[in-house]
Amino acid sequence: MMAGVGGGNDFQWCFSQVKGAIDEDVAEADIISTVEFNCSGELLATGDKGGRVVIFQREQESKNRLLSRGEYNVYSTFQSHEPEFDYLKSLEIEEKINKIRWLPQQNAAHFLLSANDKTIKLWKISERDKRAEGYNLKDEDGRLRDQFRITTLRVPVLMPMDLMVEASPRRIFANAHTYHINSISVNSDYETYLSADDLRINLWHLEITDRSFNIVDIKPANMEELTEVITAAECHPHQCNVFVYSSSKGTIRLCDMRAAALCDRHSKFFEEPEDPSSRSFFSEIISSISDVKFSHSGRYMMTRDYLSVKVWDLNMENRPVETYQVHEYLRSKLCSLYENDCIFDKFECCWNGSDSAIMTGSYNNFFRMFDRNTRRDITLEASRENSKPRAMLKPRKVCTGGKRKKDEISVDSLDFNKKILHTAWHPKENVIAVAATNNLYIFQDKIN
Amino acid sequence: MSGEVQASTEEQQEMQDTVVSPEKAEEVKLKARYPHLGTRPGGSDLLRKRLQKGQQKYFDSGDYNMAKAKMKNKQLPTAAAEKTEITGDHIPTPQDLPQRKQSLVASKLAF
Repeated sequence: MMAGVGGGNDFQWCFSQVKGAIDEDVAEADIISTVEFNCSGELLATGDKGGRVVIFQREQESKNRLLSRGEYNVYSTFQSHEPEFDYLKSLEIEEKINKIRWLPQQNAAHFLLSANDKTIKLWKISERDKRAEGYNLKDEDGRLRDQFRITTLRVPVLMPMDLMVEASPRRIFANAHTYHINSISVNSDYETYLSADDLRINLWHLEITDRSFNIVDIKPANMEELTEVITAAECHPHQCNVFVYSSSKGTIRLCDMRAAALCDRHSKFFEEPEDPSSRSFFSEIISSISDVKFSHSGRYMMTRDYLSVKVWDLNMENRPVETYQVHEYLRSKLCSLYENDCIFDKFECCWNGSDSAIMTGSYNNFFRMFDRNTRRDITLEASRENSKPRAMLKPRKVCTGGKRKKDEISVDSLDFNKKILHTAWHPKENVIAVAATNNLYIFQDKIN
Repeated sequence: MSGEVQASTEEQQEMQDTVVSPEKAEEVKLKARYPHLGTRPGGSDLLRKRLQKGQQKYFDSGDYNMAKAKMKNKQLPTAAAEKTEITGDHIPTPQDLPQRKQSLVASKLAF
């Protein structure tokens, strides 16, 4: 059991909800491609390969239901991106949502950015619970009233109506990326955000769609000389001039936008030294960083590569301060993981609200949590079999040696099609959202 | 005397490599299956594949004619040509054309 956020109590993860269809045949469009809580944790957004966004809202905790925290129910759903065609290159542009990032809430409406491979959109989600009735020129169903029948002037009155949640695209940030967008990140100045593709990073102003600043460009003059690509990027949570980006070679560069307009020269370069004698064909591939996330404190950052999660102190560039093995038993399976392309899977990682724990996904619908203080770790499974309300999740174990104990699963029995690539942790509470292909699981810690 | 000691140290290192490093053992396995891996010139295949990830190619008459012109003096490519070829080097065939997209329906998460 892991020490809890609330000061020393062990917590026990329990099933809360699962969303999505049960059928075995998963339509590609239903595969969840991103999960993100908003800044308060009241809303939870998912994006999928079909370009759709579904937003869940936590219901208010009622005094009657003390035993469970509020559940997440559908709040809004809309088609964010549609398939497009690039006629010039004769290529299809997928509608798959790569990332969703929420803007901090500033008024009654909620705003989020959603990005596919080429275009970022700013969506406004607002509630309407009143409508005006008693118009002079038209009647209630919108038809124009017969002018001769209008004999008096009346003032329309606002009447309550059933809550309607509307999503409307407020900005479309297009045509700024030649390569595929892998990251978007809202800046702490609440005015700008960055978007990163394989070779370039752009800085946008939220109000301006017809131009953006290119702040990183690693495209070589001769593409034959290409040795690495950008894999992820994020703005610092407090310092609006600082951002980081990770590469396919396992390095992270921290850049300061005050230093130059084009941040091709990094301010800090993070790389763990590699033992040259242990180098293999797979070394570079498995060192490729698939996700980078700053801690809430802004003092640390976490990177995810194929087999591990590393925590870096921003003040120390030459090695990470903590390394956690996610599924080291896969090291002896790299050949087949290369052949079935699994070695290129991009796992994400996330911090809990207090930065005391981190979480990331694995195969067989397993996900892993690490407590940074106690150094304890746990493997849990997102499965319909453990989906009784408030059922406690049992820790899972993968057997690597010869003798398999009861309840353990051997490496060769793992289902590599059941990957948990996207997970999210509520910003303040111990509530987590785990995307398992086309299903979204929500787990909470047991309330004592 | 020292030569012998050196040889056995090397042998030991080799043994250690396959025994201690599962990664190296996996590499040996992979090279056995794909002897030409990593020997093709012209930039990293993996990176190029990544830059063009998942892109479907449709028939383009410009591509087709350019490819035909290039192929004039060479043999025709085999049917199993990579879908990741750069524009103009590859003649798309009907088998390469992707299925039509599904019509847009609501997400099942919203129920």
